[in-house]
Amino acid sequence: MAVLARAPEAALEAALAALSPAPAWQVLRGPETGMVMVRGRMGGSGRAFNLGEMTVTRCAVRLGDGRIGHAYIAGRDGRRAELAAVLEATAQGAVPPSLAQALASMRAAQEAERDDRSRRAAATRVEFYGMVRMG
Amino acid sequence: MSEASLSPGFAHPVRDAQAAFRALLEAAARPGTIASLRVPAEPPPCLPPAMAAVALTLVDADTPLWIDAAAHEAAVWLRFHCGCRIVADAREAGFVFAADASALPDMATLDAGRDEYPDRGATIVLAVAGFGSGAALRLTGPGIDGERVVSVEGLAAGFVAARAANHRLFPRGVDAILVSGAHAMFLPRSTSIEEA
Repeated sequence: MAVLARAPEAALEAALAALSPAPAWQVLRGPETGMVMVRGRMGGSGRAFNLGEMTVTRCAVRLGDGRIGHAYIAGRDGRRAELAAVLEATAQGAVPPSLAQALASMRAAQEAERDDRSRRAAATRVEFYGMVRMG
Repeated sequence: MSEASLSPGFAHPVRDAQAAFRALLEAAARPGTIASLRVPAEPPPCLPPAMAAVALTLVDADTPLWIDAAAHEAAVWLRFHCGCRIVADAREAGFVFAADASALPDMATLDAGRDEYPDRGATIVLAVAGFGSGAALRLTGPGIDGERVVSVEGLAAGFVAARAANHRLFPRGVDAILVSGAHAMFLPRSTSIEEA
């Protein structure tokens, strides 16, 4: 689900198009956009505080065989939420090989992007040295 | 009902819920009139469509819901669409749904609110067989010019007596919505009901 929620629309459309037979689905709810409060914690033992609200779009669908998929994605893109929900439902039970492949490549792309971002952030890190006073 | 048979709610959640809310408001202002509600396309089979519409319009996470055994199949649907808590004890409920009119818990045991907060009283939603035939009831009270005589088919035997006891609690008390098909009749606690 996390992989689907972060994937771009083009990747989701491609994964759906690769499925055969193409799934038929009925939308149970949404896609609808709302706000959720994101809570944060300072360090590992700090108290929870409200970091801020973020926009989230959710969708729930039911496939013809009764499998239900849910998706919550950041932002307001209803189509992405619907596609993610359909693929999430399809991935329940036996994952079709084409979908497994698509998920693996989405995951790889997301990890590569994350690594790249961490590397660029790490390159700008400033190291502070503490001076120890003598005597 | 399992998750696999979950059906969608209103086709246009905001617009349809607002239309149904407006219709219920009109019905509450004029007790005894019959409102026709905007209903979901495929409500759970065990709920009358108007009962499903009332749930989608009025019930949410802040209103604990009690449902009778006949409506129990719809628990998954109600939880999914309304996000409500379903309680086993009708005394804790904000809404009491009886798909089988005879399964309504004793009205005197339901939450009638407090004198400081009479608005917190429970609302009963009761499925009846139909309007326009059956037992005749004479309604008087706010929103009615003189009296209004209505007939309701399939009301449980003790309903009128229980309602009379409820009416004496005013301003506390429970409100009732009778539903049949896509129609609803609102009987607020301020309305006095007698058999005609």
